[in-house]
Amino acid sequence: MALVGSGVLVGMGVVFKTFLETYPWGRVLLRMVGIQSANGITTIEYPDVKQQHAERFRYFPFLVYDQTPENLRCVACKICEQECPPACIHIVGPAKDAQGRPMKANGRTFPVEFDIDTSICMSCRICVDVCPFDAIEMDNDYELSSTERLHGMVHDKQRLLKPAEYFRKIKPSEASVVDARLDAKKAKAAAPPAAPPAPAA
Amino acid sequence: MPSLLEARTPTDQGELMEVNLGPQHPSTHGVFRMIATLDGETIVKLKPVVGYLHRNHEQIGESSTYIASFPFTDRLDYFCAMSNNLGLALAIEKLGAIPVSERGDYLRIIMVELTRLVNHTAVTGFLISDMGAFGTPLLYAFREREKILDLFEACSGSRMMCNYIRPGGVREDVPPEWLDRARKIVADYPAFLDEFEALLTDNEIIQQRTRQVGVLPKALAVSASITGPMLRASGVNYDIRKVDGYSLYPKLPFKVPLGIVGDVYDRYYVRILEMRESLKILGQALKDIPAGPHISPKGAALVKAPRTFRPPKGEAYGRIESPKGELGFYLVSDGTPQPYRYHVRAPSFINLTILEDMCLGQKIADAIIILGSIDIVMGEVDR
Repeated sequence: MALVGSGVLVGMGVVFKTFLETYPWGRVLLRMVGIQSANGITTIEYPDVKQQHAERFRYFPFLVYDQTPENLRCVACKICEQECPPACIHIVGPAKDAQGRPMKANGRTFPVEFDIDTSICMSCRICVDVCPFDAIEMDNDYELSSTERLHGMVHDKQRLLKPAEYFRKIKPSEASVVDARLDAKKAKAAAPPAAPPAPAA
Repeated sequence: MPSLLEARTPTDQGELMEVNLGPQHPSTHGVFRMIATLDGETIVKLKPVVGYLHRNHEQIGESSTYIASFPFTDRLDYFCAMSNNLGLALAIEKLGAIPVSERGDYLRIIMVELTRLVNHTAVTGFLISDMGAFGTPLLYAFREREKILDLFEACSGSRMMCNYIRPGGVREDVPPEWLDRARKIVADYPAFLDEFEALLTDNEIIQQRTRQVGVLPKALAVSASITGPMLRASGVNYDIRKVDGYSLYPKLPFKVPLGIVGDVYDRYYVRILEMRESLKILGQALKDIPAGPHISPKGAALVKAPRTFRPPKGEAYGRIESPKGELGFYLVSDGTPQPYRYHVRAPSFINLTILEDMCLGQKIADAIIILGSIDIVMGEVDR
């Protein structure tokens, strides 16, 4: 049986070492007595210093457009609206003209309204997984608080639209995969329909 | 009219007093309420009240597709999102006969064992904090936990609500150099555990507080269907990783640490030992992980189009050894894209049922640490 109280003293030693690690002079002191020490500061002062997030960090979805905001990738197929687990996406569309025929911009149908409610969205990324057109992606901007319930927290189409360059900037490796996939799709659509394979002789 | 003083009818043992702990109480781990009847400081009756955090998880699961339940499972036991995902994924794989890719299987094991480290580290910190050591051990635990949460953020995009594991594998492959980062963290972890143990294990104050407190006898633990570290602390050798041998566990080396007495101290120490065993599993899995696709083609199709997945009529029960005990997902399919019945067997809830038996005859201050040693998360208790 060890001396009663020695366990507490050893524990206090650990606390004292951690205390020293949080000061530069403390780390020098620890190194002088031959104890390895890391930088003990693990926190940051948030509003002044912002945390460096991983590339895949996701917070809230946005709509991607190429070149101009009219040229958005979304065709209002409503798959994300249907699959969104907390049902925070609200889409009206596709846009129709007076005769009820679907209107097209750059050869694609487009949504009239596209709203996502920040107060309901749970950042699960299922909308991105199910989108067949790579039209919706996750943003990493997390400072979305607002004092107004309706117009502040429900993001409409104008607010959700962000250029593809922005997506390439925040998520370079994910965007390169998406771009490769879209290019392959475009090439396939542009190419004349391939001749049916010759029957095996 | 009798006076108030007469109406209190003192007995020779003094009078009983009812103390209401919670639902808003910092040591009840969420919105949990205990109505304790005290004789002096000794507990003679304790009534747990749950349900303040009920949010209809099972009903939501029945009205959404199989895949859409994954983000909700993250929020069951919000310390162990990855294990919850795996439990549901195993049930869906059984239901729909979905094969798992080999790399995906390894990644899942790595994630789940990292989750075990996160959970056991955090819960040990909370337990010591409940004992009155405010701050220090808890923040040491959180400092280490944060490193693993950063790993989760790098691979899944979110620290806690990972939503990463899918039937057939994982949602996306880990980024390059992630495995090296994980290897480094796993290699550094034993040093932290040594430091943590130097701080806590031999500490006389902790020993005084925890030894012979909240003893759970073997027979009672088994008959109350307690699972997880709590059952093993009572000396019952039952670990679903060994019993079921699901996923890759039969291939990986690890032992099942057991307690002797079944008191709060044993529960604390079993968790420390389990972390050391998890590190062995992680070391092996990170060494063996093969290249290849992170998800099987059938699983990938399911992720892309959840509504096309219509499993045949039938039922499936997928269970895993989550850090808290046996986490089971019971699914009944009627051939539509949505489950007919979706039930969660939550370890926290079932382990909590034994609280009164452990607290009777103990002091009121011990009830807090007994509750802390059960390791409950209200998100999972109430669902």
